[in-house]
Amino acid sequence: MSARNRELLALIPVALLLIGGFAAVFIARSDQIGDLSLIYGAYFFALCLAAHAFLRFRLPYADPYLFPLCALLAAFGLVMIYRIDDGFALNQASVFVLGLIAFCGTILLLRDYSVLERYRYLIALGGILLLMAPRLPGIGAQANGAYLGLSIGPVNFQPSEIAKIAIVIFLASYLAEHRELLSVSARRFLGLTIPPLKHFGPLLLVWGAAMVLLVFTRDLGSSIMFFGAFLAMLYVATNRFSYVLIGLGMFLLGAYLLGSSIQHVQERFDIWMDPFAPKGPEGAGQIQQSLFAQADGGLFGTGLGDSLLKLPGPFFPESCNAGFPECGSILPAPHTDFIYAVIVSELGLFGACGVILCYALIAARGFKTAIMASDGFSKLLAAGLTTVFVLQAFVIIGGVTKVIPLTGVTLPFVSFGGSSVIANMVLIALLLVISDRARRPHASASPVAGTEEGLAL
Amino acid sequence: MNVPITRLYAFLLILFATLVYFTSKWAVFDAESLEDKTQNRRPLIEEQQVPRGTITTSDGVLIAESKPQGGGPHPVYVRDYPADDPSVFGNPTGYSFVNVGRTGIEQSENDILAGEQNEFASILDQIRDVPQEGADLTITIDAQAQRLAVQQLNSAIASTPGAAGFGGSVVALEPDTGAVRVMASVPGFDPNQVQDSKTFSQLSQDPDAPLVNRPTQSIYEPGSTMKVVTASAALDSGEFTPDSMLSGQTGIRIGGVPLENAGGETFGDIDMDFALTHSVNTYFAQVGEQLGTETMFEYMNRFGFNSDPELDYPDNQMAPSGVYSEGHLLDDSDAIDIGRVAIGQERLLVTPLQMAEVAATIGNSGTLMQPTFLQEAKDPDGRTIEQLDPDEQSNVVSEETASQVTEMMTHVTEEGTAAGLTVGGAAFAGKTGTAEIDVQAGLNRPWFIGFAPADDPQIAVAVMLERCQGCFGGEVAGPIATAVMEDLLSG
Repeated sequence: MSARNRELLALIPVALLLIGGFAAVFIARSDQIGDLSLIYGAYFFALCLAAHAFLRFRLPYADPYLFPLCALLAAFGLVMIYRIDDGFALNQASVFVLGLIAFCGTILLLRDYSVLERYRYLIALGGILLLMAPRLPGIGAQANGAYLGLSIGPVNFQPSEIAKIAIVIFLASYLAEHRELLSVSARRFLGLTIPPLKHFGPLLLVWGAAMVLLVFTRDLGSSIMFFGAFLAMLYVATNRFSYVLIGLGMFLLGAYLLGSSIQHVQERFDIWMDPFAPKGPEGAGQIQQSLFAQADGGLFGTGLGDSLLKLPGPFFPESCNAGFPECGSILPAPHTDFIYAVIVSELGLFGACGVILCYALIAARGFKTAIMASDGFSKLLAAGLTTVFVLQAFVIIGGVTKVIPLTGVTLPFVSFGGSSVIANMVLIALLLVISDRARRPHASASPVAGTEEGLAL
Repeated sequence: MNVPITRLYAFLLILFATLVYFTSKWAVFDAESLEDKTQNRRPLIEEQQVPRGTITTSDGVLIAESKPQGGGPHPVYVRDYPADDPSVFGNPTGYSFVNVGRTGIEQSENDILAGEQNEFASILDQIRDVPQEGADLTITIDAQAQRLAVQQLNSAIASTPGAAGFGGSVVALEPDTGAVRVMASVPGFDPNQVQDSKTFSQLSQDPDAPLVNRPTQSIYEPGSTMKVVTASAALDSGEFTPDSMLSGQTGIRIGGVPLENAGGETFGDIDMDFALTHSVNTYFAQVGEQLGTETMFEYMNRFGFNSDPELDYPDNQMAPSGVYSEGHLLDDSDAIDIGRVAIGQERLLVTPLQMAEVAATIGNSGTLMQPTFLQEAKDPDGRTIEQLDPDEQSNVVSEETASQVTEMMTHVTEEGTAAGLTVGGAAFAGKTGTAEIDVQAGLNRPWFIGFAPADDPQIAVAVMLERCQGCFGGEVAGPIATAVMEDLLSG
């Protein structure tokens, strides 16, 4: 069976999930359902088919499972968001149209993605500017003590979502060029392999950037994501675990020193250590509610639409202008940061494991693409994009389940949010472009011959 | 570069495994302790979304219901106690409010009232999309008799010297079923008022302890009502008969210390019938000493002493009856002046419910039935899900012993310490008690236990006033007992 036919087949579970999920919410909330409900599902599935048709036409050899897995997550997210608030679901479904345009645009424009290598410094600069933008007066927006969003008119945009792709492109390109120097001319010191100082500089720069990012945006989550992706790519490029250890040590040291002096980060850390401390910081309520919501779920969950989310009757705050779910929800931000807690609550441990399995499978397909790719840049780019995508899922799920301190990043494809969906669609499009070239039967026909890198395999 | 890529993938899988581990920790393994956290408002909110079942007395008076508040598609329900005189039923019904918790029958029958079902039934209901709803409860309490008991207690307290400012109890049981027909505790409280936190803290700090359900929670010296237990043990053990003769002289040494009869009365050699009829202390103290601690405790235990009553009531609102030392129960291996225990002195402390159970046991031919409040529970569809199902608690004494004790107790009401009392003109059995709590000030604790009619007991009672001055059980507690029994027998 051809790759695209397998892809089409793999979209069947997406359709089943949509039908089943919407039907379940439909039944649970029969009191307030209009005719509109199934339209969201149909609309979304039509988008999936359109994307599939486009892939069939433009990237016939691309990995057949990446797209359906992402569609599955997105369908899952759409059902959850619909369950939280149907208005948000309509909004999210529209965002998928924009995401699809970005997806197709990326594939059309970057069919030969070697152009990315040429503009790597420009891309890096753009990425860093995007990261710093939330601190700019006028357009920056602070949320829960961290600077994450850009507010331009009515549009709220999280630049770190786009920046993560830019940074990974830069790192892939830089490391592909310098990886041999980094790994060959190393010295050993105290049992650790130390990279040569000359090449160590740029790495220190990246570490510094991560630290600055931490100070400027006060956002530990993005820092972990970026620095984690950097270490992963460094490891893939050099195969030297000691670099990872050094990098990790430096990051932890820096995070400790800086974190203890930034009150917001320190608070997050204290809450993480003991969310039930009698006189803990105010923000502890968030993670408490997250854990309580998960405790309600058990093995199989309460069922879609059946968990306690909207505060009933007199419990609903009277001074609530924003409306549910911005206020009046027992679990804060159920549609964005804490959507995983809603999933555990309503679909139980098994449903949550399904979501995690989706990410693990996407990781598997992403790394397979990296392994199959023939040149160093493609390998590093595929591995880097996959890592940053998967780490993002880990950072938010880990935050919600108290594995690491909680920080506000979105759960890719599942959380409500425009910039997240668009950025991740672009990321997946890039992976598909790489995999299309890697899996093409006549590799020699490829515009860029990764000759020396190919030998290194 | 493929080896590090594979290792990187393995590492990320380990990270995901950590996520699965933590998710299962919160969702499954630690779920229960999370649900018990004080910060967790979920159980409270969820509980309030369930309309709780009503509580109705056996004669059809609605005493508790849930009313929707807040409107909208998801109202919450708040408890309301709609009786005209809610404080008459505040004990033993208790209350159920989010801010102050649950007590009494509201607590002990919570599963029925909240509609808690087994896992299977609740899954079925989920599939059928039936919201959880509480079952309606009918309790064994007779509202009319309960009201009479409270009113009688109040007027006795008002008219008896030394009783004002103190409380009292009435318990009435059906001897053959264990049904609690009356459980009155004075002073009472209006359960509608406890949802106000300020009123609640006032009530809980009130020295008159209106929130305490005296019949099950408070322990008192039983006085001579204990002689019914001693007589039962003496006869049933085969060591005595109603005709056994002992000296009734006052001042006989019991436990090495001379014991006085009430009012210093003195008798020659008398039999047990005479001794019970006239409540002769020295006779029963000698009986107690001759039976010994072990035998006395054996029979006390059979009557239900030394453990919580087997009533469907919250454990923290029940106290065991027995010999106490510094708040702890003594057992038969401790040094106890058993002769004085036999006449309700020493450090013996009992609940009014326990003494009602003693009377009910004799009235039920020597078999103690487990006391219960549950008459019937009906689910929202009107199906009976539970019903009064009499359970034997223990075989205390033989039928023969019971009938001998009944006869002696009938003499008490005919010619003894309770002479002059009647229950609708029929013969009835009774025993007075007058525990001395301050001999110098003449302060007593009057008791009366009994059952009626003597030949076919339908109702057994225990009545106790916490304090009176220079009065006797027969004159203060007796009339309340007969009035309540008369009311229950006529209704």
